[in-house]
Parts: sequence; structure tokens; C-alpha cells
Amino acid sequence: MRVRTLLLGAAAAVAIAPAALAERGSDGEVKIIYWQAPSTMNPYLSGGTKELEAASLVVEPLARYDQDGNMVPWLAESVPTVDNGGVSADLTTINWKLKEGLLWSDGSPVTSADVVFTWKYCADPAGGCAQSEKYNDVTDVKAVDDLTVTVTFGVPKPFPYGPFVGAQAPIIQAAQFADCLGAKAPECTDANFGPMGTGPFRVTEFRPNDVISFEANPNYRDPDKPAFATVTFKGGGDTASAGRSVLETGEFDYAWNMQLAPDVLGAMEAAGKGTVVSAFGTLVERIMINLTDPSPALGDARSTKAHPHPFLSDPAVRQALSMAIDRALLVEIGYGAAGKPSCNVLPAPAIYKSTANDGCLVQDIEGAKKLLDDAGWVPGGDGIRAKDGVRLSILYQTSTNAVRQDFQALIKQWWSEIGVETELRNIDASVFFGGDPGSPDTFQKFFADVEMYANNFDGTDPEAYMANWECKQAPTPETQWQGNNMPRYCSEEYDALVAKMAQTGKLEERAELAKAMNDKLMQEYIMLPLVDRGRVSAHSNTLGGVVLNVWDSELWNVADWYRTKTQ
Amino acid sequence: MLNYSIRRLLLAIPTLIAISLIIFLLLDLAPSDPTANLPLTIPPEVREKIRQSLGLGDPIYIRYLLWCKQFFVNEPLNILEQWFGWGSGDRLRVLSWQTRSPVVDLIVERMPQTLWVVGMSYVVGVLIALPIGIISAYRQYSWFDQIGTFVSMVGFSVPTFFTGVLVIVIFSVWLGWFPSIYDTTHQVTDWESFLFQVRQMIMPVAVLALFNAAQISRFMRASMLDNLNQDYVRTARAKGLRERTVVMIHVLRNSLIPVVTVIALGVPQIFGGAIITEQVFKVNGLGQLLIISIQGGDLPTVQTLTFIFAVLIIVFNLVADVLYGILDPRIRYD
Repeated sequence: MRVRTLLLGAAAAVAIAPAALAERGSDGEVKIIYWQAPSTMNPYLSGGTKELEAASLVVEPLARYDQDGNMVPWLAESVPTVDNGGVSADLTTINWKLKEGLLWSDGSPVTSADVVFTWKYCADPAGGCAQSEKYNDVTDVKAVDDLTVTVTFGVPKPFPYGPFVGAQAPIIQAAQFADCLGAKAPECTDANFGPMGTGPFRVTEFRPNDVISFEANPNYRDPDKPAFATVTFKGGGDTASAGRSVLETGEFDYAWNMQLAPDVLGAMEAAGKGTVVSAFGTLVERIMINLTDPSPALGDARSTKAHPHPFLSDPAVRQALSMAIDRALLVEIGYGAAGKPSCNVLPAPAIYKSTANDGCLVQDIEGAKKLLDDAGWVPGGDGIRAKDGVRLSILYQTSTNAVRQDFQALIKQWWSEIGVETELRNIDASVFFGGDPGSPDTFQKFFADVEMYANNFDGTDPEAYMANWECKQAPTPETQWQGNNMPRYCSEEYDALVAKMAQTGKLEERAELAKAMNDKLMQEYIMLPLVDRGRVSAHSNTLGGVVLNVWDSELWNVADWYRTKTQ
Repeated sequence: MLNYSIRRLLLAIPTLIAISLIIFLLLDLAPSDPTANLPLTIPPEVREKIRQSLGLGDPIYIRYLLWCKQFFVNEPLNILEQWFGWGSGDRLRVLSWQTRSPVVDLIVERMPQTLWVVGMSYVVGVLIALPIGIISAYRQYSWFDQIGTFVSMVGFSVPTFFTGVLVIVIFSVWLGWFPSIYDTTHQVTDWESFLFQVRQMIMPVAVLALFNAAQISRFMRASMLDNLNQDYVRTARAKGLRERTVVMIHVLRNSLIPVVTVIALGVPQIFGGAIITEQVFKVNGLGQLLIISIQGGDLPTVQTLTFIFAVLIIVFNLVADVLYGILDPRIRYD
């Protein structure tokens, strides 16, 4: 292992030298494969990751996140803060200043008018902008001069970096999209498929859901970059074949989202043509616990606050369920290097990570049994624990996915060891996550006792994410079952913490609040985090400069990619 | 025959309208949501807005009539106007929800690779199947027949997602002869690029051809066997005709009648693409378009594609019937 690391280091050292001398377009073609094919190049019309990342080669935000989650200025000169005077003291305005001399790929200058237009485009209520969340509470965006814009919020924003930051909210060209506002947005096919951009590449041909061809942007701000003259961005197929094309046949240089069984991926990597890279963000696979009664007998009141759950409302049962799980084994079987056991629903960035709950890392079947015994849940004749006629029998649902079904089987086994009966159910992902109020099988309706899925948040600020478990976020029939509070958790204390965070500007204090919220959810066992899932990608050994980023588009630094001359 | 064809075509119109309505209702009543595949970080209010902007807020009959108008009126009028330069031809077309671009353009863009790969595999399959069927029947229970039966059983029962991946592992990963990923942007301009096109088509075409050939060779064999024992064959032989003439002219011609209709009925499948094979080799043709549209809840695309398939099936049913009449003088429809 050490020899290999040394060799890699040596290869990298050799590789860096030619990179410094590279000029634009000198390294030919780079081929990227995404096993889900992008449907459009306009990130505002599709919230999908594949579209955001494809578009990130072309359109860029004012600031974005680097691989450590730090905000770095991108089209802006610097990141405005209260300290440098860019953000007003009352936290309601933020001033962005564009870098000087920026050009669109058609040669026209980038001005503050483009920034203002971007907001108008996404804020138009008839447009169905998929990123309108980023522009929440923005009341006005004004161009102060050609390079400066002022964003005004209707409420104090302790974290004012929603608009124009990250791959989700890039700047689009006003001239190109001028006639595409509101209901007209989907009709501008040419603009949506080939947006003008400031990024290192521009679109030469877009075949929706198939392949995109790019060439180096002649007006890119760094005259020596990008090193590649063209990019072929192929989409479609499946994860295994995308991995194979990079790691085994070497036809492609970069493959995205290699969610494969660890042994399969390891065997592919052993072919020696490519390297698997992973990085960890905020994506946590978790089991949500239904605190309300999902019994079909309740009719319309099913899974609503009107009826507490017959046994999961007992904290001892929830804790026992958590203690029975061997998270390390789950990681080993399901994710390998792409996962690590997690005891927090908020696992990153580092300043938000709590260490108060790490006890969950060790499986404790005996402890779980004792806990249930002490709480009065005693095994019946069939080995299933019961109290006052209530049996510990759980319906456990999740989406259809090989790893999730493995997890279900393992967890069912552990739970049976502590005397809990489990019935498993899996639902097609498009139905489960579909949110169709007419379907009984959505994860919002939660007509089951526990359910498992993964979730994360964009960027690095957890405020909106932690607010998911506010009382009012619980899905109910009155809200058409919309809402993120799947456990139907309702705590005044928690809501107070959420409200406090919305008014706190200091980073350290925000971190304390976020940790407190995380700990409260963990220590009450409202949800059982299982695995912190990383992003896994694969790149060819001849491709240099890849820095995997979980906080922004994976292709964020594609301008710095180059072909290594060794090999 | 002409009267019959016209009558059938007229009858096809109400049938197709009924089919389009049934498809629409099936798709609409099935649980699917165009925003289902978006990341969970996109909040429900935004999802609702997206659904509204796609027109999902309208009642079902309005959406159906709108699709009918866009597909039956706007699309043909746009094409006519653009051809003859009458007007701007910019009526609202059927827009895909995933790509927000006209569905018909997507179909046109994907037609070439589907026709090349799936169409070619059909042709190759037929070319392999006919001789195998003929020889197998003529030398029934010989070793050739046994092997032919075995190969067609394998071709018929082993799914393409298995054979496809198998040939990729053998020929792309181990031997490195052929690319495992089909390049849809590749253009044939000279000998060199033609060879590349052949190389990238070999594996998907071979996999699909095996499947097609298996089916058709069994039909061919059965039909030949039916005819070989007929009285007219004995008569032909008694007249002293050469064995070659007996088999290749008398028996083969008569045996081809049912096979031709089977082949004609299979043609719409070419346009339907080969969903699995296209996915395995990343051909990204019509089959792949259909499956990702289904996964993405892209109703206008699924509706338009399945409707076009319905049209093709009805048309080729008619073609098969007409061909049958032409080939077999005993059959008359009028």
C-alpha cells in the first residue's frame, strides 16, 4: 500500500510539471461519462444533479464551494461578509462585485445586468424555476454600476449566500434569455440546450439524454486554460458499464457516481487503468421512525399527529432499535470506501459535527435487550416482545435498490435478535420519492413504522436542513402530504432552536445551535443515522487535476484538468 | 385490394384515437411524478411550482385535448408551413417535460442510430434465419438441425442483458477489439470512419441478430416442414425436377408466405428500439428514450412515442395482410 502511494505521488509530481507549461487546448479531448444522461443545459429548468454538473462546464456562479466546503469567489472579486463590509450589519443586503474584464463565450462583456436578469428569470412564478429556493426572501436585486449588484432580502439573512452561489445558481446571459421569461422558458430550446457561459467550455452540440460535445471557450478568463480542447460528455447506461469504460477498457476518462458494491468496484480498479476517488459530504442514509400510528384502521387520520404510535412513541424502543444495528458491517457490505458509519444526521462540515453520539458505533444487542426488558417489553411465546397486548412488529419500507434491500435484510435479522418482528417492503424510487398525494406509497405519507432513505443539503449551511424537523413541517392531509418532517417530530424546544438559528449571524454560535439540534434528534432517537455516504467517482490514470468536490459540482475545477504525459 | 386497404385505413382512424385516449389515461392514472427524480434538497413548494409549469394543474380532459391539438394539428401544420414557406410554423409543439424540447425532434434525432443498429440486426437476423430454417427442415434431425435448434433455443431464451454484457466483457474488456460505448455523434465520411462505425455496431447488432434469427428460423423451419410433405412436392419430384428446384422454388416459395407476414409484423419493433440492448451498449436510440421518459415521468414523450408505435403496428399489420394477398393468390379480401 505504501509503495503504491509513493508511486502515485511520484506520478503526480511528474504530472504537475507539464501541467504548468500547458496552454489552452493542448491536451486534446477529455471524455466524461455520466450513467444518467443530462436532459438540458439549463440548471434552472431541471433540479437534477446530472444537469447541474453538465451545465457547470459552461455557466458559473459568483462564488462556489471548494473541496473543503470553503466558499471561494468565482465570478466575483471576493466573497462579501459583514467584516469586509459586503454584507450590511442588519444582514438584509449583500453587495457582490464582479471581476473585471469577464466575457461571455460570444465575446460580449459580463455585466451586473446579467446578474439581475438571472434573478428575474428564476423568480418568475410562471417559469417553474427548479432553483427558486436559492432566491427565497430576495425582494430586490439592483445593479449599482456595471460590475456591482446589491441583493436585498425581506428578512435578515444570517447566511446570505443562497442567490448566485454554487452550481445550483449560476449566472445566465440576459441577452440570450431575454425572451424566455416565465411561461416562455421551456420554449427557448436553443438557449436551454446551448447557454452562453463564462466557464472553460462551450456547447457545440447537445443531444438531449445522450451526448454533449463541448469545445474550449475562446473567451475564458485564464488564457492558458482549459488544457483540453474538447469535451465529450456521454450519458446513459448503467453504473457498472460506466465504471467499466473508465477502469477496465479505458475508453472514458471520468465516470460519475460509482455506486457499486465495494467488491465489484475493487475488481474493476484492479485492472489498473483508473483510480476510484471518494469524498464525504452531508449525505446520510438514515432510518426515519414514525412517531404516529400508521394503522390502516385510522382512515384519514393515518400517520398523523392525532394518534401517537403504539410502541415507537416509547423512547426505549427507539433506542433499542438503534443499539441493535452494526453500522460498521453495513458500511462494509454496502459501501466500502464510499461510506463510513454515522451517528449524526448532520455529519459535516467539520464545525457542525457533533461527537456526543458516537456510542452508536458499537452494536450492543445485549444492552438493547436489557433496555426493552426494563421498559416492560417482554418476549411472548413466539419470541416477539409485547406489552399490554402491543407486539413489537414493524413494517420497514424503503426504495428499491440492491444496497437498501441488503440493509433491510441485515437489520431485520438484528432486530429479530432483540425480539422485534420486521416486515420488509420496497417501493420503486419514482413512486416512493414521487410525492404524488394520490399514492399511498410515498415517503411523505409514511404508511409504515420505519423507512429508510438518504438525504443531504446543498452547500455548507445546515439552517434550512435542520429546520426540516420543525413541528409545522410534518406532512399531513391538510398540506397535501408535503413536508420534510417524516417522523412527525414535534418539540417546542427544537422549534425554538430553529428560530434562534434564523436570527444568529455568528458562525460559531450557528455551529453550536446546529449541533444542539442534531444531538436532540439523535438522543431522542427520532431517526437512526446509518451511513455517511460519500461521493465516489472514477478517473483514468492519464487524467490529472481531478479534485473531487462534494460541496459543489464535481466538475467544478474542470478548467484545471490535464492529460498526464507519463504512462 | 385497393378498396380493402382504404377501408382498413379508414377504420384505423377511430382505432388510433381510442388507443391514444387509452394510453393517455393509463399514463395519467399510473403513479408517476416528473419531479420524483429530483434531489430531495428541492423543497415541495418548488416541486409543486414545477408541476404547475408543466401544466399538471389542468383537468385531465384539457390536457388530453391539448396533446391531441399539439400532435394532430400543430405538428403537421408546422411541418407543412416550413416545407412550403407559408408561414412561420411556430405553433406550440408537443414538449418533453424532461428536456423541454419538442418530442418529435427528439425522435427524429434518435431515429438514425435505432434504424442502423436495430434495423441492421433485423436484416442480419433474417439473412441468417432463412438458410438455417431451410436446411434444418430439409435435413430434419440431422446434426445441423440439432445444432440449429440448440442455437435458436439459446438465442431465444438467454436475455440480451446477459449476452450483451457477456460480449462486452469478452470483446471490449479482455480482447479490446470493439468499443463498449456507442458513439452517436460519429459520422461516416471516409473508409476509416466507416470501419469505426462497423466496429461499434458489431456487438449490439450481433446480440440482437441472434435473438431475431432464433425466432424467425423456427418459423421458417416449421413452415418448410409443413410444405415438404405435401403432395405437390411429390408430384414435382415425380416429374423429374432437380432436387434443388423442388426445394428452392416450389417448397421455399410456398413456405415463405407465412414467414413474410411474420417478418412484416416484426418491423414496428425496430422502430420501438431495443430498450435493453440500447441501454447495454449506450446506443441511446428510441428504446432508451422511451425507458428514461418512463422513469422520469415524462408523460408527453411516453404518450407520443407509444402512439407512434401504435400507428406503426397498425400500418404494418395492414402491410402484412396485403403482402399475404399478393403472395398467395388464393387469398382475396374483396
